[in-house]
Amino acid sequence: METRDLISIQLLCKRYSIPVSFINTLKEFQLIDIIVEKDDFYIHNSQIKAVEIMMRLHYDLDINFEGIDVIFNLLEKVELLNEDIIELHNRLQRFEVE
Amino acid sequence: MAAIDYYKILGVSKTASENDIKKAYRKLARKYHPDLNPNDKVSEKKFKEINEANEVLSNPENRKKYDQYGEHWKHAEEYEKAKRQEQYQRSYQGTKGGYSEEDFSDFFENMFGGQSSRGRGRHVKYRGQDFNAELHLSLKDVYTTHKRTLTVNNKNIRITIPAGVENGQTIKIKGHGGKGVNGGPNGDLFIQFSIVNHSKFKRDKDNLHVTVDLDLYKALLGGEITIDTFNGKVKLNIKPETQNGTKVKLKDKGFPKYKKEGQFGDLYVTYQIKLPTKLSNQEKGLIKQLQKLRE
Repeated sequence: METRDLISIQLLCKRYSIPVSFINTLKEFQLIDIIVEKDDFYIHNSQIKAVEIMMRLHYDLDINFEGIDVIFNLLEKVELLNEDIIELHNRLQRFEVE
Repeated sequence: MAAIDYYKILGVSKTASENDIKKAYRKLARKYHPDLNPNDKVSEKKFKEINEANEVLSNPENRKKYDQYGEHWKHAEEYEKAKRQEQYQRSYQGTKGGYSEEDFSDFFENMFGGQSSRGRGRHVKYRGQDFNAELHLSLKDVYTTHKRTLTVNNKNIRITIPAGVENGQTIKIKGHGGKGVNGGPNGDLFIQFSIVNHSKFKRDKDNLHVTVDLDLYKALLGGEITIDTFNGKVKLNIKPETQNGTKVKLKDKGFPKYKKEGQFGDLYVTYQIKLPTKLSNQEKGLIKQLQKLRE
């Protein structure tokens, strides 16, 4: 993993004006992974989008961390189901009678 | 312009308290929030309405203005503004004032700041909104890798569409979504492909399927036929005594494999044997002879 793909948690919290405890709680709930390098804490930039969604759910909609965990699991399932639907739809087209 | 009833949108009465409005907004926002309804345009529209209603009703000053002017509050306020302007110009310049459609939106922007409610008061830097777009292409279009220019929010974006892209597949164009809030990074643009197939070929991922007619005599005695593939014609040898529904595979004559240049799926050809019609008496006699031989 390249260092430029990692974002310092301190920088992230400063940029989004959120407390570090928010990120720590996400880690406790295993919603994100924290990477330790040279005594500094980072997250991978691929997780930024998920962190932003979790921020909005928590701060804008007052959803607690248990709720965020449930929502993310369900959203993952929805995404998989949608992929299945598209694939099945594409395969079904083979049998459509013109 | 359609009448907007912000109270109706939030499902509260006109006498609702600030707390009632907050609770109603939160409940509806949890239901229609775009993060909870990805790629759902109906929810997105509903969420925007809820947000707008909350922007107006959660602010006592804005709510007062809305209550005063009712459903035409925006026009009424502008009318007042124009009237004042007209009076001013009559008094001091003796000329007539006017207002344009643009003034309405300016007024709205000034009144409510013209920004998303997200992060208001918290000054949070947010990444811009992700945009979703749908691109309609034909199967022929996605047979070869090509470039295409799209116009998204008045901006031209040139994208490469790789051969073999699937119907329903989504690609991400980084940084071409909405602008970041309070200096946050831009969102991304997601383009979903809607691929329409007007060809006689049926696609199953990178394989193609086609049914070809075969006359009875070639099916019985064997021979050679020429068939269309997606990018040209090929000759096929028909084995004697080929049965109806027989399927043959033509390797690498299918659809291009996504992001695997030079690699193709297979083409499956199903033979549909056509029986002769309008038989002459001579033909019928010969077939009867054949029938007797087989009995």
